[in-house]
Amino acid sequence: MENLEPILSEHPFLKGMTSAEIAIVAGCARNETFQPGQFLFRQGAEADRFFIIRHGKAAVEVSAPPRGVLTIQTVSDGEILGWSWLVPPYRWRFSALAKELTRVIALDGRCLRQKCEEDHDLGYELLKRFADVVGQRLDATRLQLLDVYAAELVGRRR
Amino acid sequence: MSSVLEAPRPVAAASRPAPDPMVPVPCVVDRTQRETADTFTLELLPQGGRTFPFAPGQFNMLYVLGIGEVPISISGDPEFPQKLVHTTRAVGAVTKGMGKLKRGDAIGVRGPFGTSWPVGEARGCDLVVVAGGIGLAPLRPALYEVVSHRDRYGRVVLLYGARTPDDILFRKQLKEWRGDFDLEVHVTVDRATGEWRGNVGVVTTLIPRVPFDPYHTVAMVCGPEVMMRFTVLELERRGVPTDRIWLSLERNMKCGVGLCGHCQCGPKFICRDGAVFPCRDVMHLMSRREL
Repeated sequence: MENLEPILSEHPFLKGMTSAEIAIVAGCARNETFQPGQFLFRQGAEADRFFIIRHGKAAVEVSAPPRGVLTIQTVSDGEILGWSWLVPPYRWRFSALAKELTRVIALDGRCLRQKCEEDHDLGYELLKRFADVVGQRLDATRLQLLDVYAAELVGRRR
Repeated sequence: MSSVLEAPRPVAAASRPAPDPMVPVPCVVDRTQRETADTFTLELLPQGGRTFPFAPGQFNMLYVLGIGEVPISISGDPEFPQKLVHTTRAVGAVTKGMGKLKRGDAIGVRGPFGTSWPVGEARGCDLVVVAGGIGLAPLRPALYEVVSHRDRYGRVVLLYGARTPDDILFRKQLKEWRGDFDLEVHVTVDRATGEWRGNVGVVTTLIPRVPFDPYHTVAMVCGPEVMMRFTVLELERRGVPTDRIWLSLERNMKCGVGLCGHCQCGPKFICRDGAVFPCRDVMHLMSRREL
């Protein structure tokens, strides 16, 4: 079984954490592979983990009848996917579907929540990092909502 | 007021406007190309044997007879000044009129005007080009210049964001650049339809994903202003200093030579001092509500 500590300690998301903290996180982590068309998680299901994408691409989707399934964003190499495991009711708001062969490090949310309750320093470190991820997602979502390329917002020269 | 205005920067001899910049040069439409549902490219031939040497990033004032005049960036190859190429989106009366022009129709052209992308300063560096929507058109001349001298640059990355897959400009060329010219081309769309297999999300989300050396990078950004603001933030986050980032601004340009004041943005006249600016010179102006 691959030791994930070196990989996790080098990942930008966890960089700067102590080796003891990395060891705890690695204790809740494992490698997984998703084939194209396979769900990483489904809307409404229990959100019990998050993912570090090692390689591949996954689409975050929402079912929006009658428009069907809409892709909201895609995530790929190096990115973090999922934060519903952090906050009640621990349910996925969206689905994530592998668009190509996708290799991830899956981190067990329940395991991590338990560790964070036991070690608030670890919890604070993780929350700081997730606040950054959530903030970036929020910025991107707001920009997406602005629909900046709509005709009425674009000048003539370009 | 004039005391706060900066003197115009010298324009390269090769890209000097016509002797009288207020008099349009008659041109004839040689070819029209529909790019997307509302975007088209016009190829124009100047009459009287004139050529239009220009630098990447410059624009012309195009005069549609009987309708009016608008500033449109040049989207063609600077190495072929015999033919003027403009890509624009039909959003107003003039550009809609322009979209109806056919081969052989006449059009007036004044220019070229404005500053240019720093393709020379980028030599020896990595180059990150970030385009949003029709903002790819003013950047295309810079990309032509780069691909024709590819060995002068390090990594060259083009990040392009469009509204939907149907709104992607220059599809064929994007594929060619990616395949034949060692450019890293990443395209994303804000909204995806069922068949789209590419990236979904705003163009800023691509910035953390691509490899480049932030301390030896020149970034050129063109798109809606709000998109450029967020792009600059993301580039800064990656470590690109703001004095290595260039932006192309857009305001209501009329005269093209800094006389009428329609395009004034604080102490700058966009038509004369820009439209391409070093980010550090205009970032503070972009977030001012009053401007």
